[in-house]
Amino acid sequence: MTQVSRRKATGLIGAALATFTVAPTQAAALDTVSAKKLVDALVGEINRVIASGKSEQAMYKDFKRIFAKYGDTSYIAAYAMGNDGRRASGAQKKKFSAEFQTYISRKYGARFREFIGGRLEAKSVRPVKSWFEVTTTAFLRDEAPFTVTFLVSNRTGRDKFFNIFIEGINLLLTERTEIGAMIDRRSGNLDKMIADLRTAK
Amino acid sequence: MTLKSVSLVGIVTLLTSNWTRLALLLALAALVSGCAQPGPGQIEGNVFDPYEAKNRQTHELNHALDKALARPVGVGYTKIIPDDLEDGIGNFASNLSLPSTIVNNLLQGNMEGAFRNSMRFVFNSTLGFGGLFDVAGDFDLNEISGDFGQTLYVWGVPEGAYIELLIVGPSTERAALGKAVDLFTNPLSYVLPNPDKYIGTAAGVASKVGDRGRYAETLDSILYNSADSYSQARSIFMQNRRFQLGDGDAAEEINPFDLNTEGF
Repeated sequence: MTQVSRRKATGLIGAALATFTVAPTQAAALDTVSAKKLVDALVGEINRVIASGKSEQAMYKDFKRIFAKYGDTSYIAAYAMGNDGRRASGAQKKKFSAEFQTYISRKYGARFREFIGGRLEAKSVRPVKSWFEVTTTAFLRDEAPFTVTFLVSNRTGRDKFFNIFIEGINLLLTERTEIGAMIDRRSGNLDKMIADLRTAK
Repeated sequence: MTLKSVSLVGIVTLLTSNWTRLALLLALAALVSGCAQPGPGQIEGNVFDPYEAKNRQTHELNHALDKALARPVGVGYTKIIPDDLEDGIGNFASNLSLPSTIVNNLLQGNMEGAFRNSMRFVFNSTLGFGGLFDVAGDFDLNEISGDFGQTLYVWGVPEGAYIELLIVGPSTERAALGKAVDLFTNPLSYVLPNPDKYIGTAAGVASKVGDRGRYAETLDSILYNSADSYSQARSIFMQNRRFQLGDGDAAEEINPFDLNTEGF
């Protein structure tokens, strides 16, 4: 199959990069210049991991650390679980959150090498309700440039990214669809879903 | 009248077609405005999918076709053809389809897009050796997308239902109608002599095959690793398509302060 355009496919590859990036330190003071600096710094950090020549397993660990540092991980996990989160026990939530971070790091980390030599440029920053939307353009080798948008909030008291859009594709929504389907396939059994997340790709 | 029957009429019309008949089809397309619109409670996850059962059958078939044919051929193609040549074929195909894009830019009243794409076509056809090289892209003169499905959107035709097409994959009724019309919107196909005009089609097919191989990991993750590849493909297609059309706002996000994250 089929009709997944070059651009869209590229976007998903960009997801690899995107998942681990951007955490402005002062959302209130964000402007194009400082946002660009942050994005550049983070891309540099990720590229260092890729260039380190470590094993893939070791790289996933690094990506997980970056994700935990810059991402609003509890929001992301809660969103991904969706309505099913309401009936989850405290222990299930905690376990899910931890497994989910590993899963994300592995899923997108596995595709980082496709991003080698690419760069992101911050184009604009605008306040939306209670958060900031940082729009960047991704340039990958031999690809038409495409748009990657980061949503950043200081919900946790520190500025962290809580969602990423690649050419309009909402990564959180994509993961909620995935987790929801996994739960359905296991007849609503959360424990089984959490256990299987360990090997999910 | 449903959109489906309109597009069937459209396709039949087009098969025997010329520009006059195309105009007739456009008139038919205007009729579509009143059809295939979701009623209350019919939208799930922001997608109107009344044909889900049938779509899922098509999806299974597409899945099998991909596994048996498209994926192995695509991966083989990417392995055998050198990267530079593969890029050249992709550029060549995209350049030949540009006149159709320009026609749609014009139909949408997007003069800037039509101008940029025309410049692109001229540069790449000449300096880029008949479109093999994307020299315009090196000067940040990138393609402004334009297809007839998009033109219908600009003209106010509603999206219609989600449909998964055989081989083509995810689409909407409006986008599918646009695709059928776009078989006839490329001026080159009226100008080029008979065998030559199929070169573009062949290059287009080769380019698609190459894309399947090139983005194998990404596509595999949707088609083979998703717990429910049908709903994942549907969600990703719809979001990306609406984004390209400028329909909807990515910022329509729930407030992160509203979600209960306790325990996560």
